Amino acid sequence: MRRLGVFICHCGVNIAGTVDVKKVAEEIGKIEDVCHSIDYIYMCSEPGQQLIREAIQEKQLEGVVVACCSPSMHENTFRKAVKTAGMNPYLCEIANIREQCSWVHQKEKEEATRKAMEIIQATLEKVRRNEELEPLAMSINRNVLVIGGGIAGMTASLDLAQGGYEVFLVEKGPALGGHMAQLSKTFPDLSPAFPNLLAKALEIVSHPKIELFCCSELEEVKGYVGNFEIIIHKKATYVDWTRCNGCARCIEVCPVEYPSSFDRELGMRKAVDFLYPNCVPKRVKVTPTQCRYFQDRSCRKCEEVCPEKAIQFDQKDERIHRKVGAIVIATGFDLFPKERLGEYGYGEIPDVIDGLAFERMLSPDGPTRGKILRPSDGRVPKEMVFIQCVASRDPDRYMPYCSRICCMYTAKQAKMYKEQVPDGQPYVFYMDIRSDGKGYEEFLQKTIEENGVLYLRGRVSRVFQEDGKVKVWGVDTLTGKGIEIGADLVVLATAIIPSEGVKELAAKLRATVDKHGFLTEAHIKLYPVESSTKGIYLAGCGQSPKDITDTVSQASATAGKIQALLSTDKLFQDPLIAYVDETVCSGCGICVEICPYEAREMDYRRGISIVHVALCQGCGACIASCPNFACELRNSSSVQTLRMVDTFI
Amino acid sequence: MKIELSRDKVHNEFAKKVEWISGQNLFACYQCGNCTAGCPVAFAMDLGPHEVIRYTLLGLEEEVLSVNTFWLCASCLQCSSRCPKGIDIARVMDALRMVILRKKERRDYLQISEFPEGFLERVPQIAFISGFRKFLS
Repeated sequence: MRRLGVFICHCGVNIAGTVDVKKVAEEIGKIEDVCHSIDYIYMCSEPGQQLIREAIQEKQLEGVVVACCSPSMHENTFRKAVKTAGMNPYLCEIANIREQCSWVHQKEKEEATRKAMEIIQATLEKVRRNEELEPLAMSINRNVLVIGGGIAGMTASLDLAQGGYEVFLVEKGPALGGHMAQLSKTFPDLSPAFPNLLAKALEIVSHPKIELFCCSELEEVKGYVGNFEIIIHKKATYVDWTRCNGCARCIEVCPVEYPSSFDRELGMRKAVDFLYPNCVPKRVKVTPTQCRYFQDRSCRKCEEVCPEKAIQFDQKDERIHRKVGAIVIATGFDLFPKERLGEYGYGEIPDVIDGLAFERMLSPDGPTRGKILRPSDGRVPKEMVFIQCVASRDPDRYMPYCSRICCMYTAKQAKMYKEQVPDGQPYVFYMDIRSDGKGYEEFLQKTIEENGVLYLRGRVSRVFQEDGKVKVWGVDTLTGKGIEIGADLVVLATAIIPSEGVKELAAKLRATVDKHGFLTEAHIKLYPVESSTKGIYLAGCGQSPKDITDTVSQASATAGKIQALLSTDKLFQDPLIAYVDETVCSGCGICVEICPYEAREMDYRRGISIVHVALCQGCGACIASCPNFACELRNSSSVQTLRMVDTFI
Repeated sequence: MKIELSRDKVHNEFAKKVEWISGQNLFACYQCGNCTAGCPVAFAMDLGPHEVIRYTLLGLEEEVLSVNTFWLCASCLQCSSRCPKGIDIARVMDALRMVILRKKERRDYLQISEFPEGFLERVPQIAFISGFRKFLS
């Protein structure tokens, strides 16, 4: 019989205000193998922990139950405390009498006291049969995979590389920069986006620790934290990038022009072209869906003119194998698609464009060379309407969340418009203005006051064409009056949504996404850059809409967390995982199918199913599904669990 | 009622005149309503002071000049002292009075000749002083 100790925490009044802790301590103390049962105001405090340590040594305890808050709060605290007193930490268990008892039964004090005793008795049943365990030590690979070459992925890669870690940066498109490369100036300091980005991009391509894979995607991933094996699918660019020097002669001769998605269809690009004129790496790519060679072999002009003989129409996709210890998902965002909006004339009226298209218009290297011109007739718009919260904050039809960046970029765009067209009038339809960053509110107020931007509080109900104008029907709820504006150009601040394919990518990495497709963090406050799977980290708008400032901060935080992970010699994992009784296992394979972590695998030679200790998360699915009771969870065996249940019924 | 806005109407000559006389920037107004909330005579006004500022900014000249708001304003300066953006609202009210008084057909809100007999002797001056130009600006 083990000598057990029970420590009951008051948690101030959180527990003691409902549960009669003195009575519980007294009653539990009467149990035969409980040699020590006391209560204390805050067990997690230093004197509280000291009580536990002293009791272990004085009464030679062989198991400890701390009745307190949720184990996710303080299990670690108390396991460390018992360890310093010489006890194996896995002989200490938490009985949750706060979240699962006192907080939910505040009006039933007697019953709560009885329930607290039952919870403690059940936990005692577990401790009586707990084994002494040691954490599992695993080796670690110190390379990192970063998925996404936008400002988030670029920042994380640079931070990691500067810390001495090898980084594989995988970008879907042909160049670095992501959406930031499309922007003109940035709020709140009106610093131009591109030069800032260019400096980082050039650092990346010349960094000896960063290997950049453009036109590439993650195809396959196996393994677990510290030991991932990845396959990168590098798609053919039909140009030998080791030869291409970015001279652009091929672009000059290419006869095929089509709307550029980088310029949001406001400009044209060639079938062989840069992603954008000053892109990094400055290399061209052939787009086979547009190129005449790929249609009917009728044109090889680029190949003929290239002085470096870099065009390779027979280039094939490559599969590149690498090993990494951690992975960053920095997949970014898309704007809410035109097809799904179906109002405000978006996609139908040429003079109704989205915020990103307007950014291209404002960019000096954009389709209009920075001039604000109506797409329909090339005239300067004098009546300029901005509509915020388009498809955002619209739970009934579109997205319920706030896209966070629109208030500020709209203010910036209105300011830049007024500076370029001083006799024009910008109007902004808004529901609320969110300007919560450093210097944001000041920037906004300055824009309104100094640039005379008219903010109209209300949603726009209709946008339609009439007499060469774009009529906007809205309301100003401040005066209660309906508003009609004959606009020349309308800019929609459309919602931010996760970029395409992130769900499939997340599934590959066993990361989870929320109902809108944004990647879920392990804890919204305490673990905001970790995904729900160990070794997979998040950065940027793939996790939630955020501006450049927040994205860069989060990317650096992610890099910091990964450096902490990879700077240890060995990775230690909780040993509370599944194990197989090899003499009982019949090798039916049900557990292999049911395991959500791919931790169970058939060993066909021995005819049994084995557990990959590093992958197992201890969820217990295989145990519940095993028809032969051949597997068990360490320190949560069937006997323990059934005895715990018996205590309650 | 729907109003048509255009760059000729928003912040028009009328609004600019009010800004020029008062020396205040109407765009600076948050529309928080603190002026109206603290105004001791707001209960009797056709529009609250914050609404008058909004209407003026939108260039709704006729509507603004026909309300009693700035005539009832006693220039107690409570609004000006409370405005978070430092707008001197009392001055804006005075500017609106001035806009009317500078017109050819100038007319004070109160006409002394229309007072009933003996009225002037019975009421303290402060009770009707707000009906006239305040010479604040």
